[in-house]
Parts: sequence; C-alpha cells; structure tokens
Amino acid sequence: MEESENMSNKKKLTASLGDKTFRLLTLLMAMSVLALMVWIGWQMVDSARPSIAKFGFTFVIGRVWDPVKEQFGALPFIYGTLVTSFLALIIAAPVGLGVAIFLNEMATSKVRSVIGFLVEMLAAIPSVVYGLWGIFILAPWLRETVEPGLAKWFGFIPLFQGTPLGFSMLAGGLILAVMILPTIASISREVMAAVPNEQREAALALGATKWEMIRIAVLPYAKSGILGGVMLGLGRALGETMAVTMVIGNRPDILSSLFAPAYSIAAVIANEFTEATSDLYLSALVEIGLILFGITLILNVFARLLVWSVERGPKGGISS
Amino acid sequence: MNDRLRRYRNEMMMGIFTVATLLALIPLFGVLGYVVTNGLSALNLEFFMNLPKGMGTPGGGMANSIVGTLIMVLIASLIGIPVGILTAIYLTEYDSASWFSMGVRFATDVLTGIPSIIVGIVIYSSVVLKMGHFSALAGGLSLSIIMIPLMIRSTEEMLKLVPHSIREAGYALGISKGTTIIKIVLPTAAKGIMTGAMLAVARVSGETAPLLFTALGNQYWARSLNEPIAALPVQIYQYATSPYKAWQQQAWAGSLVLISLVVLLNLIARCAFRSRSN
Repeated sequence: MEESENMSNKKKLTASLGDKTFRLLTLLMAMSVLALMVWIGWQMVDSARPSIAKFGFTFVIGRVWDPVKEQFGALPFIYGTLVTSFLALIIAAPVGLGVAIFLNEMATSKVRSVIGFLVEMLAAIPSVVYGLWGIFILAPWLRETVEPGLAKWFGFIPLFQGTPLGFSMLAGGLILAVMILPTIASISREVMAAVPNEQREAALALGATKWEMIRIAVLPYAKSGILGGVMLGLGRALGETMAVTMVIGNRPDILSSLFAPAYSIAAVIANEFTEATSDLYLSALVEIGLILFGITLILNVFARLLVWSVERGPKGGISS
Repeated sequence: MNDRLRRYRNEMMMGIFTVATLLALIPLFGVLGYVVTNGLSALNLEFFMNLPKGMGTPGGGMANSIVGTLIMVLIASLIGIPVGILTAIYLTEYDSASWFSMGVRFATDVLTGIPSIIVGIVIYSSVVLKMGHFSALAGGLSLSIIMIPLMIRSTEEMLKLVPHSIREAGYALGISKGTTIIKIVLPTAAKGIMTGAMLAVARVSGETAPLLFTALGNQYWARSLNEPIAALPVQIYQYATSPYKAWQQQAWAGSLVLISLVVLLNLIARCAFRSRSN
C-alpha cells in the first residue's frame, strides 16, 4: 500500500518534471523569437555604423552613388523604390479590392474556392520566376507596344516621355502590382468576411441593391482593415527584391519618366553586396538596407494594428 | 432616386468587380503559360542528372542546384518547424494574454514583414563573415528565419481551432497539461500544422534574395555544408540575367521545375486541409 503510494508520487513527480521541462522549452523558443527580432535590428545598426558616422543625414539626401570615390547617397534608390511601389499600389489596390468583393459578396462557394485558390497561387509563384517572365515577356511587350502607345496618347505628361526601353520603373511597378495583389485581395476578403451578416441583411431589408449594400454596410465597416491590407501590400512591394532587380534597369538616376530605368534599394543590395570591396562600401549598403528595414517596420506595425482593430470585432454598426 | 438608375449602377459595379477578378488572373495564366511552354522545350532527363555546362554551352543541367535547394530547405525546416510549433504552443496553451506573449506576437509580425534581403545581410555579417566563407549552413539559416514566423502564425491558428472541451477531457482523466498538449491537442491539430509546414516549405524554396550572399551559388557539387552551394532560384537568376541563349533556356526549365514543386506543395496542402475541415 505504502509502496504503491510512493510509486504514484514518484510518477507524479517525474510527470511534473517532464511537464515543466516542456513548458520551459516552449518558453525558451518564444523568447528566442523575440530575441531574433532584436538581434536583427541590432545587427543592422551595428554593421551600418561606419557609414552612419561618416555621412550622417546627408546619406539620405545624397544623389551621388560612386563606389570608386566612396561617395554614397541613397536618394536615387529611395526614389526608385517609392515610385515603383506606389505605382504598384495604384494598380493593385483597386483591382485587389474588386477581387475581394467579387469573392466575398458575389461568388458562389464553388467559384470562390477555385478563384480564391488561383489568386493565392499568384502569391505562391517565386519572385525570381516573375523576374524571368519580366525580362523576356513583360519588358519587350512594354517596349514594343505599351510605352510607344502611352507616349503617343499621353506624351504631354512628363511621366510618359522619353525612349521606350522596356526595362523601366513602369515594368517594376507592374510586376510589383501583380505580386502584391494577392496580399491586398486576401486581407480585404478576410476583413470583409468579419463584417456581421446582420449588417448586410439590414441594408438589403431597407431595399438596397447589392452594390448599395456593399457601399453602406460592408465597406465602411471594413474600411480600416482594407487600408491595413493595402499597407501590408505596400510593405511587401518596398522589400521585394528579385523581380524588381531583373526589370527596373538598374541605373541610379532620378528621372521623372516612368519609361526611364531606375534602381531600388533591394536591387542595389542584391547587385552590389558581394562586390563591395571596402568596409565603407559594405556599410553604406547595409545602411540603405537599414532605411528599408525602418520603413517596412513602421508600415507593418501600423497595418497590423488596423487589421487587428477590425478583426477584433464590431465597434458601433447596426449589430452591436 | 430613380429605380432604374440604381439597378443600372448595381449591374455596372458588379461587372467592374468581375472584370477586376478576370484581370487579376491574366498574369497568373500568362506566367504559367510561358513557363510551361518555354520550360518544357528545354527540359529533359539530362537537366535532372547533369551539372551546368560552361558559359553559354548548350546542354548540361541543374542537378546540383536541385539538390542544393533541397538541402537548404531541409536545414531550414529542421530549425524553423520545431521553433515555430513550440513557440505557437507557448502562445496558445501556456500564456496567451500577457505582455510577454503580446511581444512575441509582435515580433512574429515584424519578422513576417522583414524584406528577405535584409535577412541575407544579417546572416552575411553574422555568419558568413565570422566563418570566413559562404555555406549551405548560412543559406539554410537565413531560410529558417523566414520560415519561423510563418510556422508560428499557421500553428497558432490551428491550435486555436482545437475545442477546449478536448483539453478538459484530458485534465479530467488526470493527465498533466504537457501530456495533454503532446498526446491530445497536437494530434488533433496535426493535419493543419502539416499544411502550414508545407506552405512554409513552398514559400522558402522559391526564395532567392537571402541566398545571394549566404549560399552564393556553385557550378559544381558542394562537398560539405561548409561550402558555397548551388540553389535553384539563384541559378535561375544568374542564367536569366546572362546574355547566353542556352542559359536562358535553362532558366525557363529551372523555373518550370521550381513552379511545379511550389504548386504541388500548395495543392497537397490545400487538399489535406479541405478533407480535414469537412
């Protein structure tokens, strides 16, 4: 009797020891994720230090990028990154929203699962494959057809002037638009799915058409979540490397025409990092990366907060 | 307002949304179509068996790149999957609302949003520079950093779907919390977690940017994990940007192989998940 009690006590003890170890293990892993984030940030700042010390703020506004003379200014890259990303956003945001509305409000469940899968596949295609397609299909098409056409009809706008080269900010923006479209579509769809059905029913009961229902009951409710999705898409566009590197033309100039070649932050890092011969050169490249890191970080945090605030539930609205 | 005008406007908006959806699918079929037609004409058995040939010479294959990608994805999975799952267990089972776990969730979101090229820079300056050479290990490590947040997110979602009553049944039988998690909760969510793992694998196998200055690429077989190693996406990038017709052909073939792998993983994951939710 006593012995068996002893046994079960022992068993309990080892079980709880195993229990504690397991809990500790999961805790350690959770801590390592937190540490990873801090470490990445610190590592970037640390490697960028020589360049930060040498150039200070002039790094951000400098327009000259001359590795031979060790003159480094990041403005052309920041410009190229921002222009291509915003171009992508202007194209992808309305289309992505349209896809989300189609899938969520119009499609039958069968159509929804098929089209939804296809749109997700857009996100699954590796960036380098988009780049390959960009080099051999998109850029020639832009050079032969689209850019001359735009120049002919809209040539009075500075955006559409200059020699059509194909490899341009326009190509970068278009390819980015394709790549961020699924992000925008799937997040918009998620937040629209979180809109309670009572909202829709209430609008329909008042005699609204489907579009009016979407406009008065769904979109206002999902507004900030959709904005969050668009911002996450923008974050993805800013940091996208391979596809842009392959089609943007890689020239560190600030030109107003969308037909002109340019350079993006991620592209200059991808192209020059392994060729950086001096420590200062390498450090300047890391500092550009740090700028990119900072921008995407702020965007992501803000966007997440917006998406959260919608998904956490209704504030106001008819049903609450 | 005029009723006909309203109905007309409704029709028009519905038309616009449908057109937007069709528009979104054009690039998908555009890319897939070109990759399949151009890739098939360059793809043969040799492609899977041989090493790359020299500058612009026709023939040769990407055997070393395919193996290299598999090796690095394996390394990444060995790190990323357990770390991700265990972290998700901590977040859902042990501590879901404290400041600490909010911090971990925040870190997960930040890590998801980090441009992959930044991961390459960090691994370069912390691993490659310290070790003195590019390596498969460094490449695998950088991929694992991309994989961890994906795994945490998907596993967390799956664990949340496990009904609380199942856990309570375990406790009612006197089973400890840890055992309940390992023997009851995890098996219940296993299929979903595997789906997430497959999607994460699919995602990292196409990553190029973080490998450029960690694995570097290699025209030959790597003899150990401490050497520069070839990877399919990197090889595609180098060939696509080369001026040689023969290499560009190879890039299409490589893309076809890569896309097939990614689409296959997505399809399997998708089907597995559907049979589970029914």
